[in-house]
Amino acid sequence: MTVEKFDAIVVGAGMSGNAAAYTMASRGLKVLQLERGEYPGSKNVQGAILYANMLETIIPDFRDDAPLERHLVEQRFWVMDDTSHTGMHYRSDDFNEPAPNRYTIIRAQFDKWFSRKVRAAGAIVLCETTATELALDADGKVIGVHTDREGGIIHAEVVVLAEGVNGLLGTRAGFRKVPKPEAVALAVKEMHFLPEEVIAERFGLSGDQGCVIEAAGTISRGMAGLGFLYTNKESISLGIGCLVSDFAATMERPYALLEAFKGHPSIRPLLAGSEIKEYAAHLIPEGGFKAIPQLFGNGWVVVGDAAQLNNAVHREGSNLAMTSGRIAGEAIAMVKSRGRPMTSENLSLYKAMLDKSFVVKDLRKYKDMPALIHTNSRNFFMTYPQLLSQAAQNFVRVDGTPKIEKERATTAAFVKARSRWGLVSDAVRLALAWR
Amino acid sequence: MTTSLVRIEDKLYQNRYLVDTGRPHIKVRQHQSPSSNLLALTLVCPANCYEVNEDGEVEITADGCMECGTCRVLCEESGDIDWSYPRGGFGVLFKFG
Ligand SMILES: Cc1cc2nc3c(=O)[nH]c(=O)nc-3n(C[C@H](O)[C@H](O)[C@H](O)COP(=O)(O)OP(=O)(O)OC[C@H]3O[C@@H](n4cnc5c(N)ncnc54)[C@H](O)[C@@H]3O)c2cc1C
Ligand code: SF4
Repeated sequence: MTVEKFDAIVVGAGMSGNAAAYTMASRGLKVLQLERGEYPGSKNVQGAILYANMLETIIPDFRDDAPLERHLVEQRFWVMDDTSHTGMHYRSDDFNEPAPNRYTIIRAQFDKWFSRKVRAAGAIVLCETTATELALDADGKVIGVHTDREGGIIHAEVVVLAEGVNGLLGTRAGFRKVPKPEAVALAVKEMHFLPEEVIAERFGLSGDQGCVIEAAGTISRGMAGLGFLYTNKESISLGIGCLVSDFAATMERPYALLEAFKGHPSIRPLLAGSEIKEYAAHLIPEGGFKAIPQLFGNGWVVVGDAAQLNNAVHREGSNLAMTSGRIAGEAIAMVKSRGRPMTSENLSLYKAMLDKSFVVKDLRKYKDMPALIHTNSRNFFMTYPQLLSQAAQNFVRVDGTPKIEKERATTAAFVKARSRWGLVSDAVRLALAWR
Repeated sequence: MTTSLVRIEDKLYQNRYLVDTGRPHIKVRQHQSPSSNLLALTLVCPANCYEVNEDGEVEITADGCMECGTCRVLCEESGDIDWSYPRGGFGVLFKFG
């Protein structure tokens, strides 16, 4: 191993690393992939919704053998206060298509499958190996990595940093900073097991149809955060995440938040009788476009969560990770096939290609959203959900109060809580950030 | 307080870990009085790894750590803690993730 030199080393066997390693190996490059977990996926946590198109671009026939749980036919958005939820449900038979658009998955299983494809494409995958540092030459060009295994530097022409949100290598080398507490959310998650028929019945599903719920409101206790409930075949993934800066300011306990979410009268019946088999925690990059670091340099590129390529507004991450990994792999293969060295100048091709993809376009669209949510979390996650619930209850409850009085009461409640100016300015700022 | 402590241990009990005995991957720097972020970790760490000891110092027992990085984001830059991943293969092993 020590004398061998690879075309590329990929650090990490998550979504982005697997996409990069697969892309390069299937183009004939000599690829070494390092993963610190016992097996790929053993360190990874996700909701998890898989977006089919982005995987299809890499592995067109993935549906034949990928471990998929359910394809999604229904999406619910809930705004919650302590005793109620106001919701929007979207369900369509159109999603029962031959090649469905979104699936739920279980990351530990999915990553193992993806890794098998990477090996079959010809890459060497080394698990239980933590890369500890990048190796640089006298000119500051990355020439390989140090690991916690015996032996010296493992050499490669280029290193793909696919190390996830918490990547140590890139930050230790000074290529990017550790994420700021206001640019990452901490999510805690549990796996609740229930018989398949019970899940089908509770959510009105048949076969491998699935349903997901995204929830916001007082469940995050005024912090910027989101709860989720995703149906798998025989389990439900349940979790909640809030910005780390908000956790530090409020000193809320993450698992107390999860317990309260589970106990909410709208959630509790959906989980009744379930057996919990795992409790997990992970960070999610939430800084958006403005938090994207330098993406390439002499002998290296960075992909996926390590590059903050995560769309918090749409809860998309794995597809951005896969796409950035694929694009990085394609760019490296092109540089290689032209017989060029892996310099910063040549690797800038990766950024040029990424800028043209949906990854950067989507993040640019929402570039002002993270700051808005961060500075207004109390209004968006506490005040409005409570007002919405009052308004809905006013509307629904029949108690002999004339309708006109009810309407006035609703309007007055909004104005009292936020002032007319506050409401207008929140609406305008939200619209601008969304635009 | 005690009930939530009991509960977190029950939760972590369901997880699989391979503890690298004698080689903790996170260390807290010696301090007289903890910084506010360090103190926050005694509540915010999702695995409850941080505790205040009798001398008023914050201590870590990293055995139940889920390697989320929250403490790194809050306390690495200030030098309050040293943060690394466990050696390859050690630490938490998610079955589902
Ligand atoms: C609770 C939660 C819910 C989510 N839900 C969704 C969802 O529904 N849909 C969606 O699209 N996205 C979702 N995401 C986001 C998604 O999980 C990430 O965007 C995606 O996993 C990023 O892929 P990645 O390859 O960049 O990083 P990761 O998947 O985190 O992979 C990084 C890999 O690198 C390895 N590694 C790190 N450092 C080293 C090292 N030094 N040496 C060796 N190996 C190393 C790790 O062990 C890991 O395997 C969610 C995230 C969370 C936390
Ligand atoms: S990494 Fe996460 S789980 Fe581990 S000690 Fe830090 S905050 Fe706790």
